[in-house]
Amino acid sequence: MAAEMRIVLRNADQINPDKIEDYVQAGGYKALEKARSMARTDLIAEVKKSNLRGRGGAGFNAGMKWSFVPEAPVKYVVCNLDEGEPGTYKDRTIVEKDPQRLLEGMAICGHAINSNQGYIYCRGEYPYVVDLLRRAIDQARSSGVLGDFNIEVRMGGGAYVCGEETALIESIEGHRGEPRFKPPFPGVSGLWDKPTVVNNVETFANLPDIVMRGGAWFASIGTPSYPGTKVLTLTGDVVNRIPIEVPTNTTIREVIFDFGGGIRGGKKFKAVQIGGTSGGFIPESLLDTPIDADSMRNIGATLGTGAVLVMDETRDIIDIVTRISKFFEHESCGKCNPCREGTFRAYEIMKKINKGQAAPADLDKLALLSRVMTKACLCGLGQAAPGPILTTMEHFKAEYQARLQI
Amino acid sequence: MITLTINGREIQTPRGSTILETCQAAGIPVPTLCYDPDLRLAGSCRMCLVEVKGRPLFVASCVTPAENGMVIETDSPDIVEARKVILELLAARHNFNCQVCEKNGDCKFQDYCYQYGVKDSRFEEGGRHLYPIDDPNPFLERDYNKCIMCTRCVRACEDITVARAINVKNRGHNAKISTFLDGNLSDSPCVFCGQCVMVCPVGALTSKVSAGLGRCYEVEKVLTTCTYCGTGCTLELNVKDDKVVGVTSNRTVEGSPVNKGALCVKGRFGWDFINSPDRLTTPLIKENGQFREASWDEALDLVAKRLGEIKAQHGADSIALFSSARVTNEENYLAQKFTRAVLGTNNVDHCARL
Ligand SMILES: Cc1cc2nc3c(=O)[nH]c(=O)nc-3n(C[C@H](O)[C@H](O)[C@H](O)COP(=O)(O)O)c2cc1C
Ligand code: SF4
Ligand code: SF4
Ligand code: SF4
Ligand code: FES
Repeated sequence: MAAEMRIVLRNADQINPDKIEDYVQAGGYKALEKARSMARTDLIAEVKKSNLRGRGGAGFNAGMKWSFVPEAPVKYVVCNLDEGEPGTYKDRTIVEKDPQRLLEGMAICGHAINSNQGYIYCRGEYPYVVDLLRRAIDQARSSGVLGDFNIEVRMGGGAYVCGEETALIESIEGHRGEPRFKPPFPGVSGLWDKPTVVNNVETFANLPDIVMRGGAWFASIGTPSYPGTKVLTLTGDVVNRIPIEVPTNTTIREVIFDFGGGIRGGKKFKAVQIGGTSGGFIPESLLDTPIDADSMRNIGATLGTGAVLVMDETRDIIDIVTRISKFFEHESCGKCNPCREGTFRAYEIMKKINKGQAAPADLDKLALLSRVMTKACLCGLGQAAPGPILTTMEHFKAEYQARLQI
Repeated sequence: MITLTINGREIQTPRGSTILETCQAAGIPVPTLCYDPDLRLAGSCRMCLVEVKGRPLFVASCVTPAENGMVIETDSPDIVEARKVILELLAARHNFNCQVCEKNGDCKFQDYCYQYGVKDSRFEEGGRHLYPIDDPNPFLERDYNKCIMCTRCVRACEDITVARAINVKNRGHNAKISTFLDGNLSDSPCVFCGQCVMVCPVGALTSKVSAGLGRCYEVEKVLTTCTYCGTGCTLELNVKDDKVVGVTSNRTVEGSPVNKGALCVKGRFGWDFINSPDRLTTPLIKENGQFREASWDEALDLVAKRLGEIKAQHGADSIALFSSARVTNEENYLAQKFTRAVLGTNNVDHCARL
């Protein structure tokens, strides 16, 4: 049986998250010390070598992102702890169990890009995490480990789109949470138009180990093109609804049947949606795919945030996709036409299908709309929203056909 | 200069220009709804999408820098299909009543629906907003049932007038242009400059003062200078059957060098006095306590004669000239020149100095 491998969750349940002493005793802040003894370019080169790719969804190479940051008098490090993706609770788990690890990771990035100001944008529904982080920051500050690197916590207001990095920046600036067009990318012009690195919690949390053990060590774990581990959060009709941390060459089948303990109530597997609400639906036939981002993309799915929503044989795919459409209709920020109107119409058509009132022409219309949205929307929300519709139309076509009005 | 290929044509463009600017300079039409060269970019309507070879997604040409070696298609079947879908999505929320719409003939949305053959929307089901049209102000009509959410009004209000009276409220399909708490404009920081009307590409924001007085294609636009103050803003009087029926902006640098189309409430909405029967249209001369109409020649001769007599009798310094902030700088210049060089006194003043 496959085994967990813990990097970002190494200290989980081993130390008291509210005591910086515990973290230091477990080897904490040695990496920051080492990073600060390194030339900035060497540090960035090491992170590049590790091939650490962003754990927030898009999977962009972290070291590469940092290397694009130009020289400027003021720069920012922003941690994305918005975690608005339904079924995802990995960032909360990491921070709840080991907040100092995040702070250390951010400070390492601060040294790499020559910034002394960090912000953590925390999901509004996690007020206790905000409190915990503020205590952790106070402890780190008074013990002096962060040096001149300063970190502040900002709270979101509950909008899913504010997890998108440029909407997040708008929100920190006090504006309406709407994505900006790119380029310019935040690395060049981000928070208050200053160069800004935005990374996910899990991305930052990997840094202390990469600095201590070297990029080559990290690059050798899991799938080479997307190395390291990934924290997955299991939900739905799986026996163990738990967070796990596994190497990225672990297959979906192992995740569900080994770590997850299989399907609840002895029922049969029907589908799994990975990566959050916009993730593609994966049928039984594709379960031997490794979870790394590229392998997932090759089967038309995503790794995304690592949420794993398991559905058993009794689940109604059409009903689930209808609910997902409702989610996007509700969360679209309304800035761009194809998403503002498109998510509304997609939900409208899905409701019609779900009620058994749709004609074949409605399916064509939905497919056309989905195709256009994927390519035409301004941000990742609208581009990814049709994913569940398109993948279920492909893999569960019969369920759509059966629901049509004859 | 960089070189790129658009629709099979090799084109040179200065480094730093966007794809849209490159297309415009090369005479390649690209539809735009949210783009306005005088406003901060939004990149949100997605009408200006083009295909760039090697990029998996369509790119919005108005916000995407042109790059050396790019291969671009502006009218591929996929792009045309996407634009059609976007227009149909907008059509499903738009209250088409072109027959009485002030913008008929001058509406970008109408033009694109025509160009792309959008007769009906495939997405026409429910979800019409039916917003009330009841902003009680004398100047501008706000009909958000026609709004296409381009946010040009928001950006004009913020970037040009800096009033920040309006912004977007709500999310998704329910997003709407709104004042604070969606109240009346008169209870907001709005100064009724009508910059929002100037930039609105559709009939969502129109002038109440001009309502029903004439279509854009029935009026002759006469470029002139606003008479309200010395700033000297240029504006276009819309003239129909020899009557002024509205004011619109000329937004070119050549036509409107002082204000580039921006106006204030007086210049844009305060023109109906022109047709007032109470208005003086000839000079009046007072004789025996009574005014009588006179010709300009007669009136000017009288003033010149009397000024000459007063100067001869009492000296030039017995005369003073007060000018007004309501005439142009050039006229004020002439006034002081006349006072000093012709009348021969320095007794000249102006109300803006008080
Ligand atoms: C609609 C939307 C929601 C997102 N939500 C999150 C989120 O909650 N947390 C996160 O880390 N990234 C989220 N992202 C991805 C971010 O935009 C960004 O890519 C990420 O924070 C970069 O960090 P990484 O490179 O470390 O993954 C979201 C993206 C989109 C389009
Ligand atoms: S895709 Fe949706 S969420 Fe993103 S900018 Fe457009 S309307 Fe907003
Ligand atoms: S009239 Fe002027 S101040 Fe009022 S909303 Fe329009 S742009 Fe803003
Ligand atoms: S009112 Fe006019 S300018 Fe404002 S968002 Fe609507 S369509 Fe655009
Ligand atoms: S004109 Fe480019 S997105 Fe609107």
